[in-house]
Amino acid sequence: MTSLRAIIATAAFCCAGTAFGQTGAPAGAAKAVVAAAVVRVDYDRPLPISRVDLPPADLGFAGAELGTGDNNTTGAFMGQSFTLETVEAKPGEAAAAVRDLVAKGVDYIVALADAPELLAMSDAAGKGAILFNAQAPDDALRNADCRANVFHVALSRSMGTDAVAQFLAWKRWPKWFLVEGSHPGDRALGEAYAHSAKKFGGKIVETRVFEDTGGSRQTDTGLAQVQAQIPVFTQSAPDHDVLVAADENEVFAAYLPYHTWDPRPVVGSAGLTPTTWSPAADAWGGAQLQTRFEKRAGRPMRPLDYNAWLAIRTLGEAATRAPDTGLAAMAAYIGSPDLQLAAFKGQPVNYRPWDHQLRQPVLLASDHLVVSVSPQDGFLHQVTPLDTLGTDAPETKCSFK
Amino acid sequence: MRKLLASAALLGLAAPVPAGAYTVFVSNERGNSVSVIDGETMEVTDTIDVGQRPRGIIMSPDGAKLYILASDDDTVQVLDAATHEILGTLPSGPDPELGVLTPDGSILYVANEDDNLVTAIDTASGTVKAEIPVGIEPEGMGVSPDGKILVNTSETTNMAHFIDTGTDEIVANVLVDQRPRFAQFTDDGRLLFVSAEIGGTVSVIDPEKHEVIHKIGFEVPGVPKEALQPVGVRVTKDGKKIFVALGPANRVAVVDGESFEVEEYLLVGQRVWQLAFSPDEKQLWTTNGISNDVSVIDVDDLKVVKSIQVGEQPWGVAIRAD
Repeated sequence: MTSLRAIIATAAFCCAGTAFGQTGAPAGAAKAVVAAAVVRVDYDRPLPISRVDLPPADLGFAGAELGTGDNNTTGAFMGQSFTLETVEAKPGEAAAAVRDLVAKGVDYIVALADAPELLAMSDAAGKGAILFNAQAPDDALRNADCRANVFHVALSRSMGTDAVAQFLAWKRWPKWFLVEGSHPGDRALGEAYAHSAKKFGGKIVETRVFEDTGGSRQTDTGLAQVQAQIPVFTQSAPDHDVLVAADENEVFAAYLPYHTWDPRPVVGSAGLTPTTWSPAADAWGGAQLQTRFEKRAGRPMRPLDYNAWLAIRTLGEAATRAPDTGLAAMAAYIGSPDLQLAAFKGQPVNYRPWDHQLRQPVLLASDHLVVSVSPQDGFLHQVTPLDTLGTDAPETKCSFK
Repeated sequence: MRKLLASAALLGLAAPVPAGAYTVFVSNERGNSVSVIDGETMEVTDTIDVGQRPRGIIMSPDGAKLYILASDDDTVQVLDAATHEILGTLPSGPDPELGVLTPDGSILYVANEDDNLVTAIDTASGTVKAEIPVGIEPEGMGVSPDGKILVNTSETTNMAHFIDTGTDEIVANVLVDQRPRFAQFTDDGRLLFVSAEIGGTVSVIDPEKHEVIHKIGFEVPGVPKEALQPVGVRVTKDGKKIFVALGPANRVAVVDGESFEVEEYLLVGQRVWQLAFSPDEKQLWTTNGISNDVSVIDVDDLKVVKSIQVGEQPWGVAIRAD
C-alpha cells in the first residue's frame, strides 16, 4: 500500500500533529481535505417480499452523509474537512464512475455493488483510490479475488454463517435442516452454512433447494397460497432442531416462519438473521447513533447505511491519527492494527491485515430486536474472539499483489 | 412532572447523627428509580420513583439537593436529598447523560448526548445560561477544583474539550483514545484523567499545557483485552490512588498516582461503570449494571467488603454526608 499515490487535493500539510497533545489548526492554515464518494449500483431486482423492506431512495447514501457530518464535527477541531459525493450508477457503469471520481481527486470510494462490479471498480481505481466494499458478501473477494485497494466493511457470507453457527452451538441445536435458494448467491450461502456447520459442530440433516420460478412476490390474498405451499415444501424432513434458510435473493425465506411443517425456529435469511446492524440495535451507545441517523434521514438505519457510515468513519478516525491525510499515509493507517474504530458494538474494530475484512461483532437480529451478538462466549481465539468469524489468517487464500 | 412541594419541610431533622454517617444514592437506569442506601448499615432504606432512564446523578455541595438526569424525559429532576421529594425540574436540553456542578454549586453543566451540546444551567434561577457546541456524543464532564475550566469528552469525536467557564467557550481540544466516557481532575487541579472505553486506556493530561503526558493501560490474565473498558474514574484527595471502573471486565483497577502503574484489580459486580467515595474516603462505591448491585470497596485494605442489591441496571452514584 505504500506505493499509493499521495493526495492530490489541496495543500495537504498536516495539522493533526502527533497522536498526543493539543490539536487544532494553526491560525491561517489551509484545511486538509479528505474527499470521498459513494457509488451505488442500482440493479434491476424484484421488489422485496414485504413492503416493510422496500428500499428507500437514499439507502446507503444517508449513512455516508451522517458519517461525513460526524467526521466534519471532529474535523472542525482538527483543521480537516471531509467531502462526500453520491453517485447512482447503472449496472456496468460503476467502473467509469470510479474513473471520473479519481480524476476529480476523490481518494476514497464506498462501493454498494455486487462482486463482479466491485472488481471492475477496483481495477478502475488502481492506485488512485481505495475502495470500501459495503455490500458484496462474496468470500472470494476476501480470498482468491482479494485486492490491495479494497477494504470490506460488509460481512462476508462466512462471517454471517459462523455467527449463526456459534449461536446454534450455544443453544445446543446441532441438527439443521438447510433450505437454500436456486440462485448462485443462495447456493454459495448454503455452502457457507455447510462449512460453518463443520467448523462449529452442527449437522445438516438435509439440504433442500427452493426453486425460484419467477413471478411477483406478495399478491393480494397470496398468503392463502403460501400457507398451503410452505408446509408441503418443508414436510418429511429428518428430525431437526432448526431450519436454516439460505436465500440471499429474498425469494422465499420470509415465508418460512410459522409455515414450516415441523414447529421449528427459522434462522439465516429469515427469523434470526446475521447482520452488521439492525434498526433495533441500542446497546453500547447504539441508541445515540440511531437517533442521530433518524433525525437526519427520517427513517430507521439499515445495514447498508451502517456499512457506509462505518466506511466513512474509518476515514475520520484515520485522518485524526495518521501522520498526515495523504492517501498513502491514510491507507497504511487504515490497514494497520493501530486503527481502533468505535462501531457501537462494544469493542474496537479494525481490518484484518491478511484480507482487509473488517473484524466485527455480528448482530443476530429478529425483526424487532437484537437477539444475540456473536462471537458467543466460550469461542476462544489466540488473537481475538472476533477472528473466530469468517476466514482466519491460516486459511486465507488472499495474497495482495 | 411534579413541581415544588417543599415549603414547610426540614424541621425536626436535626437529630444527632454519628460522625462519618452518610447516604448513598444510586440511579437505576432501567428501573426508573433511585435507590437510597445508609452508608453505615449498608442497607437500602428507600427507593424513589424518578423520571425515565435516570443516568448521571449529582449531589449539591451542601448535600441538600440531588440532581437526577432523566435521559429519556429530557430533563433534570431536583430531589430533596433529605425528604426524598422531587422539588422540581431544570431545563436540561435533550438526552442529558452526565453532569457536573461548579464547586460552589451555582452552575450545573450537562452533556446532551444526542445534540452535541453542553448545557450550562443556573441552578438558582433554573434557567439555561449557555449552550456550548462540542463534539459528537458529549458524555464525560469534569470541572477543575477552582471551577474555571470545564472538561467535556465527546465519545465519537474522541476528544476532551476544555471550556472556559467564564466565557463558555472552548479554549483547547485534546485528542484521546476511542469513546472517552469520563473526565476527572485531581483535587490539586494539576492532572486530569480521561477514560476511553473502546480505546481501553486512561489518558493522563496536563491541564495547563493541554497535553497527554501518559496513558494508563490495563491487563488482566484470563480477561480478553476487549473487555477491559475503562469508564468511571476517581482519585483520592491526596492524589495517591486512582480508581478506574473497567466495565465488562467486572473489575476496578487501583492505579498508583505517581507511577501510573496498576497495583491491583478488584473483582466487583458485573459491568461496573461509575464510582463514588464516602465522605471520609474510607469506602468506594461502584455501580454494577448487569448484576443489579453496588459493591463497596474498603479503600485502605483494597478489599471488596460488601455487595448490595439495588434496582434494575444501576448507573450513577452520588454520596451525601449526613
